[in-house]
Amino acid sequence: MPLNEIFSVLAEGALVTIQLVAMALPLATAMAFISGLLRLSEHRALRWLAAIYVEFFRGTSALIQLYWIYFVLPFFGISIDAITAGVVALGLNIGAYGSEVVRGGLLSVDRGQTEAAIALNFSPRQRLWRIIMPQALVGMMPPFGNLAIELVKATSLVSLITIADLTYRAKSLADMTLQVEEIFGLVLVFYFVMAQVLTLAIRALEKHLGKGMDRGGLA
Amino acid sequence: MIEFQWDWDFAWEVLPLLLDACKITLQATVLGSLLAIVIGLLLALLRRSKWKAVRYSAYWWMEFVRSTPLLVQIYFLYYVAPEWGLNLSPMVTGVLALGMHYGAYLSEVFRSGIDGVDKGQWEASIALNLSPYHTYRDVILPQALRAMIPATGNYIIAMFKETPQLSAITLLEMLQLAKIMGSENFRYLEPFTLVGLIYLVLSLIASAGIRQAERRFPKEGFTLS
Repeated sequence: MPLNEIFSVLAEGALVTIQLVAMALPLATAMAFISGLLRLSEHRALRWLAAIYVEFFRGTSALIQLYWIYFVLPFFGISIDAITAGVVALGLNIGAYGSEVVRGGLLSVDRGQTEAAIALNFSPRQRLWRIIMPQALVGMMPPFGNLAIELVKATSLVSLITIADLTYRAKSLADMTLQVEEIFGLVLVFYFVMAQVLTLAIRALEKHLGKGMDRGGLA
Repeated sequence: MIEFQWDWDFAWEVLPLLLDACKITLQATVLGSLLAIVIGLLLALLRRSKWKAVRYSAYWWMEFVRSTPLLVQIYFLYYVAPEWGLNLSPMVTGVLALGMHYGAYLSEVFRSGIDGVDKGQWEASIALNLSPYHTYRDVILPQALRAMIPATGNYIIAMFKETPQLSAITLLEMLQLAKIMGSENFRYLEPFTLVGLIYLVLSLIASAGIRQAERRFPKEGFTLS
């Protein structure tokens, strides 16, 4: 098979990979912020709930979580298609890692900021969203960037539940044509380029968020 | 829809087999970690090389390996190595892939650990006329070790949790066995849940172990005898 045909088959797979990332990233971000904030909640039950979620998803393996959602849930009457299973598993998994980033980011903002906000009679909600969060976000960006790349890499796992992503297409193309060097070499380059683009995007976002902030807000 | 409940009999039947397969998982993790430490150290040293070309190559190698999926790297080794005349077993392929992948991560840990050692230690080593080998082995690395232990441990735990991907090249580790048991009995609940729990328990124990090791290490004042 000529190289340009291999390229176009893989490019279609790359689109599926990008779609998976685009769907799982919002879920992961939401889970990270919800559970990260809950871990700092005043209520012990909420703190525990979030801690259990984080420990559970960080302590078991991503592929096992994916298999569990895909193979076990249908037996409980929850039928779920492969794409949804993939998005849910990846989103919950990366979200658990992100939760620690959110928690650490919020805790790293200088206490003086909280005290100043209280002194200025800001409500707790305003304190969090107007004062603490904007400063914490800047510091969260580099670890979030790393997690986004982990997410791109983790999407390759969905090939094992027969989603025709980049890795799945590479594998079936390799089985068919036996041009393994070209195919897998090209796939590695595809993933590398996606990761580099994502890194640049997150760096730009970090710069944007940090605009007008002294020392990036980290004490 | 069938009424679906946890079947203890089946769970007890599967558990010993899974624990047996756990040995394969642990073997891959231990050998993979050893290789990763060697590769990580090598890359960290290459990134301190005199020659710009060596530094850059080491950097981009690390960047490339870290930003591409382990699963694809496993496939690459498994399918391409025979083309180059190397017929590797799934276990050897897995150990090589894990070692290379996490070696790239560890190189960054080692590099910052080495950079963290006081400049005076290098100068003292030069003053004492120590060879580069002895400078690293007897002076720099022992002091860098404390800073490296937690991060290294966390990456080894991360590696442990990625070993299920070796099932993709038919290595009969825990997940692969669970999948076979599941499809033979048409019951995935017990095998997959048990594998997840085994991973959870082992990684929680390992995390606690790392915290303990960190605490035991002296904060400063190494006595180098």
